[in-house]
Amino acid sequence: MDEPEKIPLSALQHWRYCPRQCGLIHLEQVFDDNVHTLRGQAVHAKVDQPGVETAKGVRVERALPLWHDELGLVGKSDVVEFLAGGVPYPVEYKHGSRNKAADIAACDDLQLAAQGMCLQAMTGKTVNEGALYYATSKRRRVVAITEQLRADVAQTADAIRQMLASGELPPPLVGEQATKRCKACSLLERCQPQATHAGLIAARSALFDPDA
Amino acid sequence: MQLLNTLYVTTADTYLRLDNDTLRVEVEQETRLRVPLHHLSAVVCFGHTGLSAPLMHRLAEGGIALVLLDDNGRFKARLEGAVTGNVLLRQAQFGRVADPAFTLDMARACVAGKIKNTRQVLQRGAREAKSEDEAQVLTRLADDLAASLRALTEATSLDVLRGIEGEAARQYFIGLNLLVRPESRAVFQMDGRTRRPPRDRFNAMLSFLYSMWMNDCRSALEAAGLDPQVGFLHALRPGRAALALDLMEEFRPWADRLALTLINRGQLTADDFVLREGGGVLLEPDARKAVVVAYQERKRDEINHPLLAQSVPLGLVPLVQARLMARALRDDGAPYVPFVAK
Ligand code: SF4
Repeated sequence: MDEPEKIPLSALQHWRYCPRQCGLIHLEQVFDDNVHTLRGQAVHAKVDQPGVETAKGVRVERALPLWHDELGLVGKSDVVEFLAGGVPYPVEYKHGSRNKAADIAACDDLQLAAQGMCLQAMTGKTVNEGALYYATSKRRRVVAITEQLRADVAQTADAIRQMLASGELPPPLVGEQATKRCKACSLLERCQPQATHAGLIAARSALFDPDA
Repeated sequence: MQLLNTLYVTTADTYLRLDNDTLRVEVEQETRLRVPLHHLSAVVCFGHTGLSAPLMHRLAEGGIALVLLDDNGRFKARLEGAVTGNVLLRQAQFGRVADPAFTLDMARACVAGKIKNTRQVLQRGAREAKSEDEAQVLTRLADDLAASLRALTEATSLDVLRGIEGEAARQYFIGLNLLVRPESRAVFQMDGRTRRPPRDRFNAMLSFLYSMWMNDCRSALEAAGLDPQVGFLHALRPGRAALALDLMEEFRPWADRLALTLINRGQLTADDFVLREGGGVLLEPDARKAVVVAYQERKRDEINHPLLAQSVPLGLVPLVQARLMARALRDDGAPYVPFVAK
């Protein structure tokens, strides 16, 4: 039987940033490198080696495989610290600084919450907290995994699954969101958000006018 | 957007190998050139070129296309890594080909792009013409092309579209002859388009330039995740890259302009061609090299792309257009708009 499609944890963050970005990566399966992703890879190269180590009585797992069967999520954590009593505490490494715009930080929160939910489902321990570690500012930001975040994760996973099943690529961002996010998007060149729907239609009608 | 280099290997009996992370070009076991692989987007080999298996592995791994062409620039093979991209996009493409209304719409856009760009070639020629008579003839031909362009909107079938295109091409080629500087006209006279083999020098040059554009269009479509064989204006036929031919229509006038430049600047002369028994005409190997160099230079020219409202090297425009094509095939209601220079 065809298993329902597993959604990579990273897709949640992509979707929250921009549904089209999520579609380009997970539907079209493209990934164009730019400075941002290359820097991201450098950060992850450090944390991607599987391994266990103990620091101050805390057991640390790197690159731990994660999954959540009910939500159909799969992925890998950067770091999971196991606190007293074996409660897992996910830590996700991000390039950039801790002072991101709130709506961008929310994308990271969503991904972290999803990791916490996977860990909870895998271990049976309640996971109420995790942290984002920002490579540039070398600071942690603690994230509470609230009911609201959990609901967002489930809802986002549903939306992504629907997009993947439909095979339809979401449209480019518009307006203020486009101004803010497209510039920093690794897929800008492939996405071509400048060629808007309205722009294409106008250009098409001018095409048959010899002097246009 | 960055235009990565394409390495064209035109020298006969060249051997290419991997040397650390560079590509080493050897001729008779002597190193002629080393190119860092991360500067390359494609390696294109004409005729007899040898290359090592480790190099082929590394090219496939790095997503650098390896393309084999014959001496005249005809496509032979292409090495690529594992099939990637979106099978759903290709499925959408197949669905669109089965839809007559969409097919007609797409074909119409391709022909319009070509006619509009050819018309600009003639208009510019008219402005720069040395004699009043010739300027008049060119203007009249440009007007005919304007009429063809308008007629496209009324065309209700592919056959009608192709008819308009054929007629427009005939007018345009009459005009092209007038754009050759008078001293060179005897040598570069052309009587319409001939191919397989080309029967005059102008056509020999066009065939060669079209092959290179064609190859770039094909690569662009592959990079955009489309199937270059499944096209709209050009009927499906085994062995024919119909969509690459569709995409190329809008770029043909760019090839024509480059051919004119090479002739008018005297970079190519009668001696650069071989006339074969029976009437076929081929470019001499050294001349091929000169054409490749000129083509590569031209690809670096920055062109303003009206839809992206940004400047793009000409060599990347096929990729931009291939992505717009993918968008038209996928998104309902986003029409394909060919690249028309302003
Ligand atoms: S360029 Fe903008 S619209 Fe396109 S994927 Fe990136 S963020 Fe989304």
